[in-house]
Amino acid sequence: MGNFVANEGLSIFVILVWLGINAYLFVQFYMNFLVERWFYTRVLLGHALSWARAPAACLNFNCMLILLPVCRNLLSFLRGSIQCCSRTAARQLDRNITFHKLVAYMIAFHTAVHIIAHLFNFEYFMDAQLNRNSSHLPFILSEIGDNENVSFLNPIRSNETSPTIVMFTTIAGLTGVVITLALILIITSSMEVIRRSYFEVFWYTHHLFVIFFIGLVFHGFGRIVRGQTLGSLNRNKPDTCANRFEEWGKNESGCAVPEFAGNPPMTWKWVVGPMFLYVCERLVRIYRSHQKVVITKVVMHPSKTLELQMKKKGFHMEVGQYVFIQCPSISRLEWHPFTLTSAPEEDYFTVHVRIVGDWTQALYEACGGNKSELQEAWKLPKVAIDGPFGTASEDVFGYEVVMLVGAGIGVTPFASILKSVWYKHIQNNEGVFTKKIYFYWLCPETEAFEWFADLLQSLERQMTERDMADFLSYNIYLTRWKETEAAHFRVHHEAENDPITGLKQKTLYGKPNWDNEFTTIASAHPGTKVGVFLCGPQMLGKSLEKQCISHTEAGVKFIFNKENF
Amino acid sequence: MGKIEWAMWANEQALAAGLILLTGGIVGVAGQFRGWEFASYAIAAGFFVCMLEYPRSKRAKGTSVERTGQYCFTVCVKAFGPVTRNYYVRAFLHAALCVPGGFMLATVLGCVCLGIASLIYLAAAVRGEHWEPILPRKDTRKPVAESIKSPPQNPPPRPPPEIRRKQAKDVEGAAYDNPIAVTDE
Repeated sequence: MGNFVANEGLSIFVILVWLGINAYLFVQFYMNFLVERWFYTRVLLGHALSWARAPAACLNFNCMLILLPVCRNLLSFLRGSIQCCSRTAARQLDRNITFHKLVAYMIAFHTAVHIIAHLFNFEYFMDAQLNRNSSHLPFILSEIGDNENVSFLNPIRSNETSPTIVMFTTIAGLTGVVITLALILIITSSMEVIRRSYFEVFWYTHHLFVIFFIGLVFHGFGRIVRGQTLGSLNRNKPDTCANRFEEWGKNESGCAVPEFAGNPPMTWKWVVGPMFLYVCERLVRIYRSHQKVVITKVVMHPSKTLELQMKKKGFHMEVGQYVFIQCPSISRLEWHPFTLTSAPEEDYFTVHVRIVGDWTQALYEACGGNKSELQEAWKLPKVAIDGPFGTASEDVFGYEVVMLVGAGIGVTPFASILKSVWYKHIQNNEGVFTKKIYFYWLCPETEAFEWFADLLQSLERQMTERDMADFLSYNIYLTRWKETEAAHFRVHHEAENDPITGLKQKTLYGKPNWDNEFTTIASAHPGTKVGVFLCGPQMLGKSLEKQCISHTEAGVKFIFNKENF
Repeated sequence: MGKIEWAMWANEQALAAGLILLTGGIVGVAGQFRGWEFASYAIAAGFFVCMLEYPRSKRAKGTSVERTGQYCFTVCVKAFGPVTRNYYVRAFLHAALCVPGGFMLATVLGCVCLGIASLIYLAAAVRGEHWEPILPRKDTRKPVAESIKSPPQNPPPRPPPEIRRKQAKDVEGAAYDNPIAVTDE
């Protein structure tokens, strides 16, 4: 059980509250339609009415929620404000995309229930029109409103139509079809396979949400769900008048013909707030994209990595944050996220871009990657930056002891942290809360070391100068090697500097034994909270999480933080 | 957008459409709606589309991720040879299958979704894509760079940390025999 509550407790609480609100809304609105006012509607529809209205209420609630987790600037702001009160609460905001997905699944579920219930409703409405028997209450109810058009109950007004035609000729039906189609397209293009490999399809199709929200707001404008008006309830009480429907409107009966009206549209009240916040979010992004960003240096690293050093007026970052970069000459509509690899103390900011896809390849070429001579500064492409946005790495300095684990390119956020830690120590040795850093870098190939090894070399040199060699303990694991290389390592392992990285700390081979590592750290730092930060594959995350949970005991608490995009 | 394989998305869309058609059909039959014959057709068509679309194709570039338990479906679909391999055939098949769904409200949504899937398949076919079965083991792995061979069979070239520590203090006690002779080439 160990650390499970500390790691997961708040998430579970949030999910339970959200599910609870969904359940409450469902039941509440189901019951709302079992009252007297809806008696005659239920004569036509039975419980299918409630089954359609209850998920509709849940849909209003969830559509309100779904825009909020993707307002990154808002979340960054909230994160900054909450952080002073509770680090746990701030960490919760890292899971925004997971929550966004959960809400999306709930929307899909409620949409399905809503549509199936309405299929029954349409069928029953049609039945009422087709069974043209004057001693049949549903038919009489359907006839109401033929003369004075306003007061009808049954939206299907004749027996010569069909539910399909009615659906396409009412506002509710048409908007319903459009938004359901938009929802289905959004969902199919958000499947992991499509999202990870063809990001642009996912990104552009996802913008159908604009149509979704517009359709959603107009969905209720036709006021197609109709109940008895309050005035009419006085003149025609269903419990006494329902059976005497043949006498409605006649003077002696005491029962007037019932009048019906639809509910005013409610959805806009739920979604207008988040829609406004999201619009602000996009405006902020547009504003930021027009701020001038200058590329001051471009470095091509051997491991197909491009380093860009940039400057922007008024840019302020924290460690481990990321930015979205747009390059109008490559694509006007695409914004791609990259972790910042520079420290806040420097007066420029850098990103290391790995060249893996269309866009990154185009960026490489635009910066002169495939030319042999140096690129002139004025030929460098114009870029725009949105961000920086906060992630778990910001929390590093709140822990006294920290374990940083990066796999391959996942080491990038930690570059920023290590540099920043170093600057902080130079400037203010005693004031830094973090006393010890354990750094693990897992890498399959030697070329990948190159740009990061430079950083570690300079840190190592400076630490020895200041006699602070044991502040940072780093372990580099080479997880694959060639046989020829292996021979070279064996012969040179006695040398002072490591044959691969040139660092004093030797490279280790194979995968780390996490159990040993955690036990060693736990025994070296009893009674402290150790922050474990990972940027790497899910499998590694799962095994680290397990280690955190199992090694948390008697004072030592391992808190696991995972970086995600 | 250059490297997108449209068939991947068409496949997701068609599978979703099959499920929606199936659900709409079940509702139509269970509720005994007017036009339930179309609903029973939708159940059959939806089921067929799901069976056809469940096995994912192998991607032209990059790693292909199988759906759970898709191997038997792959074998069945592969058995039809060029009919299932060609995406023009699939596009027209889906277009034809979706039409009867439009006659009944319960199946209209499935009909439109399948129509959209058919259009995306048409786009895939025009770009020359075709369906390839994902067969176990054979060539699903990317060809690994020449310098990196299979996971090391030899022990790490340096003795483990415990022995290295001993070496510093007690040279004789830390004698370590590397089972395989390692020479400097």
